[in-house]
Amino acid sequence: MAEASSLAQKIIARAAGLASVRVGEIVTCQVDLAMFHDSSGPRRLKPMLEELGSQIWDKYKVVLVMDHYVPERDDAARSIVRLARDWALEQKLPHVYDSQGICHIVVAQHGHVRPGMFCVGGDSHSPTGGAFGAYMFGIGSTEMLGVVVTGELWLRVPQTIAMHWSGTLASGVCAKDMMLFMIHRFGMNGANYQALEFTGSAVRALSMPERMTLCNMGAEMGAQAALVAPDAVTRQWLEQTGTVQDLAALDWAALQSDHASFDVQHDFDASTLSPQLAAPHSPAHGVAIADHAATRIDIAYIGACTGAKLDDLRFAAQVLQGRKVAAGVQMLVAPASLRDKAQAEREGTLQVLTDAGATVLPSACGACAGYGDSFAGGQTVISSTARNFRGRMGPPDTQVFLASAYTVAASALRGYITDPRTVLP
Amino acid sequence: MSQFDPTPTVWHRVWRLGDDVDTDALAPGAYMQHGIEVIGQHCLEHLLPAFAQEVRPGDVIVAGRNFGIGSSREQAAAVLVHLGVAAVIAPSYGGLFFRNAFNLGLLLLTCGQVDALRNETELALDERALSLQLRSGEHLPCEPVPEFLLQMARSGGLLASLKQRMLHCHCGPDPQSSGDAAMDPGSGPG
Repeated sequence: MAEASSLAQKIIARAAGLASVRVGEIVTCQVDLAMFHDSSGPRRLKPMLEELGSQIWDKYKVVLVMDHYVPERDDAARSIVRLARDWALEQKLPHVYDSQGICHIVVAQHGHVRPGMFCVGGDSHSPTGGAFGAYMFGIGSTEMLGVVVTGELWLRVPQTIAMHWSGTLASGVCAKDMMLFMIHRFGMNGANYQALEFTGSAVRALSMPERMTLCNMGAEMGAQAALVAPDAVTRQWLEQTGTVQDLAALDWAALQSDHASFDVQHDFDASTLSPQLAAPHSPAHGVAIADHAATRIDIAYIGACTGAKLDDLRFAAQVLQGRKVAAGVQMLVAPASLRDKAQAEREGTLQVLTDAGATVLPSACGACAGYGDSFAGGQTVISSTARNFRGRMGPPDTQVFLASAYTVAASALRGYITDPRTVLP
Repeated sequence: MSQFDPTPTVWHRVWRLGDDVDTDALAPGAYMQHGIEVIGQHCLEHLLPAFAQEVRPGDVIVAGRNFGIGSSREQAAAVLVHLGVAAVIAPSYGGLFFRNAFNLGLLLLTCGQVDALRNETELALDERALSLQLRSGEHLPCEPVPEFLLQMARSGGLLASLKQRMLHCHCGPDPQSSGDAAMDPGSGPG
């Protein structure tokens, strides 16, 4: 009988062509999916591929998403995106999503990330794909070049750290609060590049977009990958994408962590969790919302792969239904993908937000990437995004607080940082 | 261990930083649309305003915990190579930055005893990156780095390794044009 293996170890072993793997062992894995975007991808890969005189190992395993520099706001952005478009045509890439939304959401919504896959992304929030029971992590452009040329990369088999959430989340509390709580407790690098697996009844009860929020911010805890074992919720969501043909062929029962396979387990009670807030300038800088009740905000931002998926838009609409944002507050909403935006339009969610005074921005990385569309200096921002590093979303004196879409909307409503439970209908 | 020259000939100047230096401080987003020369002018501008102007080839950075946390942008490591930084020494790193650094030819040493190191300190590095030496003769141990990563960093990074690999294997469509078929047995994983 082999030793008990976690889901992460099973996926790594399969990708490495081994029966099992041990923590700490260095293995070489075959990559099932390589995703990159306009910033990390073509502009860096094209010249290096030409220098090597090499070709892409398997174009069907590559996905290119234009999300960082679109819509193009100046000549430099135009030239970066032009290069990406031209290269995609020249390479005849079969999977290209141009200005359709943010890469982590777009690849999931088009069925590219499936349970059990071993995936890499040219972006630090690539652990998002772990929500589907895949092992997905971010790498830099030169390492992506290695993958694109050889189809493989090395990995040190990580420990699996279980984050076990029992109980039920209260109204107005969501996955973003769970993550801000864990990041505050364990720190920005608390996961030490090991793998996280989120377990327990509160995790099982989460929708796929909410599970994606958990795994997404595994990056902020310094995890290499962050997983939720696939279940009926995963399967139903993938079936609804209408793009995944082989779901029945997957061995769903095997895609689970064995009993006693976690190296470490931390236990939490979701029922007692309150809305969380991270003060400038770190996602780990957790503070009590009550201590910031007098903090006036200039901008309320709902955006990014972390905080502007369909569920986040619905959370904000629950707070703002039939209400207006406070005078002097600029509320900005950048839906994470065109699909999410279209659904939010169909069901009236977007209308609630615009009626409340929100401005809808393009479905792209926008202000979160800090690549241009950042906020003016001296402003106080409350944001549903992942990072509030000094200088990331504006000049160094821009003050960015991180919170859930509920809390961002409640704060927009009052004009001050506000616990959403005090204003939810 | 006899890896130390008893009287090291290369002493490195130290630039001292604190905990949690993120990728956005090393390669600010506002300049990411530009090449490495421009990013280099703004490297660490809010934490060490003099750094970009005054850093000299061969200098080292000594930082606190979690150096390089944040983004996957490898410019955060490339910019230090561009500025001539010989190595970074810190108790821990962002995992993604750690991979990027070696891929770009930047040596990272993991050392838990950096508290006493100041800007005025000078350091020598041993060839296997297992420890640091101070002028006092004191040695500070570092966590071992896998040999294939050390080799990759020394030979200029992953792109240089891939070039070697392409030269030595049948990768092209025409097997007769590739010459020597032998893969380098010491090239390590990846």
